[in-house]
Amino acid sequence: MKLLSLALAAILVNNVVLTKYLGLCPFFGVSRNFRSAIGMGLAVTFVIFGASLITYFLYYLILLPNGMEYLRLITFILVIASFVQLTEMFIKKYSASLYKTLGIYLPLITTNCVVLYVAQENITMKYTLLETCVNSLAVPAGYMLVLVLFACMRERLEGADTPRAWKGVPIALITAALMAMAFSGLAGII
Amino acid sequence: MWRNFKDSFIKDNPVFSMFLGLCSVLAISTTFNNAVGMGLCVTIVLIFSNVIISLLRKLISNEIRIPVYIVVIASLVTIVEMLVHAYAPSLYRSLGVFLSLVVVNCIILGRAEAFASKNDVFSSAADGFGMGMAYTFALVLISVVREFLANGSVIFYDPFDPEKVIFGFAFESLKPYTMPLAASSVGAFLVFACFAAFFAMLKNRAADKEKEADKQ
Repeated sequence: MKLLSLALAAILVNNVVLTKYLGLCPFFGVSRNFRSAIGMGLAVTFVIFGASLITYFLYYLILLPNGMEYLRLITFILVIASFVQLTEMFIKKYSASLYKTLGIYLPLITTNCVVLYVAQENITMKYTLLETCVNSLAVPAGYMLVLVLFACMRERLEGADTPRAWKGVPIALITAALMAMAFSGLAGII
Repeated sequence: MWRNFKDSFIKDNPVFSMFLGLCSVLAISTTFNNAVGMGLCVTIVLIFSNVIISLLRKLISNEIRIPVYIVVIASLVTIVEMLVHAYAPSLYRSLGVFLSLVVVNCIILGRAEAFASKNDVFSSAADGFGMGMAYTFALVLISVVREFLANGSVIFYDPFDPEKVIFGFAFESLKPYTMPLAASSVGAFLVFACFAAFFAMLKNRAADKEKEADKQ
């Protein structure tokens, strides 16, 4: 039950994009069409899950026993950067077509703040291993949900007649504001 | 020189026209106080990372440049985080996780890749300072509007002594009309959208003028 509420809270109530403002750069850059939004969402989910587990073990098995907590940030970002690199090489070798669709977005995952945020949150909230797994699957699930919903709306916005100054990102920001308003209505379910 | 500086504030502002570092801008711009603190931290990291990367630019081979940049930036952020924690604990608490997320701020990595890796030390330092100030300018602009709408006041505390107010104004008569919405994420997106549209308008107008000048 506790795990379920943790997952629901991470997906809907405390959605990373709409309430914590994380991962916005790819959010506005990538969410132009449905396909790339799905691809990006899946890649981010994979990286967050993998990187969170590795950083979890690194922190509790190596950093904490040796009193090197201050190296947390450097270690985590290095793990994330190398994990993204590894994912890129792996996908390139085994699925050339997927690599082509994701291409440019893959290396960008390193600078997606959601990844570092989840890795840090698992440590600062003192999650157990099981809770870490649930949290690092639920947060990217919420990210993907909003990314895909938003991509569908933006496909419509492309054809809409918006004033010149509002074209592109400004009108997308207004859409995001309306979505945030809708999601804030979900706050009562937990 | 002055023209370059002005361009980086208005026309090529990293936040308003390139949409870099949005996460921290939207999250931290709830109060003027946080905005100034965050802006200064980012500026310091940006200047030093630009200087270090510019010094090392001939040593770093092309394939591993991104991990090297990230390690340099992460070390600088760790140092700044420790200093803020020690000397300005109230600021440390209100910036929270976003202080360590400066590592993944796209402006810093972007300037390292686009400018510091190709230019000498002094112009890299100047570029870091200019970009940092432009980022702070954007943060302050948004935060003043949001704090004023949400609380009817704008207050700046002494970062080393949170009890002391350096300057600030509060309109008691506005208290019943404040909009708490402006402090939430909805307000962040709306206020930022208005600013982004305003800066796009300025940019469009300048582009139109240039086109007309070309015609004549």
